[in-house]
Amino acid sequence: MPTQIGTKLVTARFGDEKARTLAGYEATGGYSILRKALAMTPDQITNEVKASNLRGRGGAGFATGVKWGFVPKDAKEVHLVCNCDESEPGTCKDRLLVYWDPHLLIEGMIIAAHALKAKHNYIYIRGEMMREYAVLQGAVREAYSRGYLGENILGTGITIHLTVHRGAGAYICGEETALLNSLEGLRGQPRLKPPFPAIKGLFGNPTIVNNVETLMNVPFIVDKGGQWFNDLGVGRSGGTRIVCVSGHVNKPGVFELPMGITFNQIINDVCGGVWKGRKAKAVIPGGVSMPPLDADELDVPCEFDALQTDERIKPVMVRPGQQFDLGGGRALRTMAGSGGVVVLDDSTDIPKAVWRIMKFFAHESCGQCTPCREGTGWLEKVSRRVADGHGKPDDIELLSSIAHGIAGNTICALGDAAAWPMLGFLTKFRPDFEAKLRKQAA
Amino acid sequence: MTAPQLATKFRNTSMSLEFSADAQKKIAALCDRYPSKQPVVLAALHLAQKEHGHLSDDALRLVARTLDLPYAHVYGVATFYTMFRREPGGAQTIRMCTNISCMLRGGYEVLEAFESKLGLKRGQSNAKFTLVEEECIAVCDKAPCAVVGTKYFYDITPAQVSDIIAELEREPHPEGEVV
Repeated sequence: MPTQIGTKLVTARFGDEKARTLAGYEATGGYSILRKALAMTPDQITNEVKASNLRGRGGAGFATGVKWGFVPKDAKEVHLVCNCDESEPGTCKDRLLVYWDPHLLIEGMIIAAHALKAKHNYIYIRGEMMREYAVLQGAVREAYSRGYLGENILGTGITIHLTVHRGAGAYICGEETALLNSLEGLRGQPRLKPPFPAIKGLFGNPTIVNNVETLMNVPFIVDKGGQWFNDLGVGRSGGTRIVCVSGHVNKPGVFELPMGITFNQIINDVCGGVWKGRKAKAVIPGGVSMPPLDADELDVPCEFDALQTDERIKPVMVRPGQQFDLGGGRALRTMAGSGGVVVLDDSTDIPKAVWRIMKFFAHESCGQCTPCREGTGWLEKVSRRVADGHGKPDDIELLSSIAHGIAGNTICALGDAAAWPMLGFLTKFRPDFEAKLRKQAA
Repeated sequence: MTAPQLATKFRNTSMSLEFSADAQKKIAALCDRYPSKQPVVLAALHLAQKEHGHLSDDALRLVARTLDLPYAHVYGVATFYTMFRREPGGAQTIRMCTNISCMLRGGYEVLEAFESKLGLKRGQSNAKFTLVEEECIAVCDKAPCAVVGTKYFYDITPAQVSDIIAELEREPHPEGEVV
């Protein structure tokens, strides 16, 4: 079993086969918080979520209560959509959350839907998650049969419907506006924002899209209060954090950990150290979209704000001497992303690993914006020839220039998600790329 | 091309394929969950692929006719998502991940073992299997990993590939099982 560090909330039922059924869930206190929530007003719930400093666990880390507050007060119809399209490489938590505790997600969604006054709600689940799709469908059916979902739930006069909507294979559908288009029966291409979904989303109505882990935290906030949840975390990030550790460690796994834990603690205390007695060379902190950390940057906490602002993390450069500008001169360090921590040991062929990441983005670009459609393809081709030992002398500069040409110039963040790690790896592991080109010249 | 052939090709007039009664029931029930029929297109395409093996032009017409959508719309959707196939494939689809976490622990060596044991290159099919090089399937902590329908295979080594194929032949997991 994984090392137990701190409080467990959303993973507390992991491994308990009985708790996966409605009867087992109820026996361990399930759906009792829903009764309390239904007695509260929508504003009371939203205020607790605001006070909790719960931040979105899907990637962007946006404050959940603030997002809920964007829904216009006079909206006629509002929707809540759960984003269960988990496909960010290195991330493997939502699949497990849904499998082990489907009713906690449903309870969280009913409470959130009540807070948002949302009647028709959806879970968008990734097409390849066939086992989990069956689990969710069964759990939703059970919840309907017991009167937790449907018309007049638990005799309160409140109507809340929930439908599981299955995707069909497209990473881009994890982007919230692409997800909404896919839900509407269209190709999964992102929409231009504004308007943001909270104003105009699914079927033209105000819509809140939240990640699985985010929604599963809501019952705990209602139960114990926003302040309690906030105090579990650090700074402006409340609660615990699921971290998925993969790659070159002795004990990879999915762990619910304190928000302030550092990467060195995760690797050494939780995951039994780097495998084969080696050392960490690079760590991807939150899914492959995020710029990497090098071995000197691993004492930084795995927390939203720290990863963006901690000055121990070197800023991403476009090229030596030119810092990448996030806008207004702000430096790009990295981000906590989706919690997918990938550890690369000191024997790793970095250019080859980078090529595999670029191959992913080239495959998943939806093709809507030219910089991303063409640029991700070029990044894949050029990084492949560098990795294979057929690079040209100017290829490092070429990769920088393509990545810089994509970043900030596309409708959605997929373009940035390809450009940032490309520039990040070139910033921190430039000698690895230069060595490939040198070796080839010799 | 003769006029009737053109009519069949470009309009929703072909009656050559139908949904089973069970699928029709499922589609009707789903249509009640949305304000229009269009959002049901992914589910209908999954059902059409399950019942007809792949999404031929006729299968797309069947979906278009069932949901009152233009053929071009259904074609556009079907060709966007990677799980839909326009050509016949194997009865089971082996989705082998080679993305970063799997690659770091030997994912490509496992994929190559599947290729040699099945006699298929990635992307190819025979009657029994389609072999797909899959992007991350969210099992990074048990890499390298493959998914076949509802069945996951964890921490695979190349030496285990023969046993996995034999197990799938005994106990198949076609993707249609949960549609």
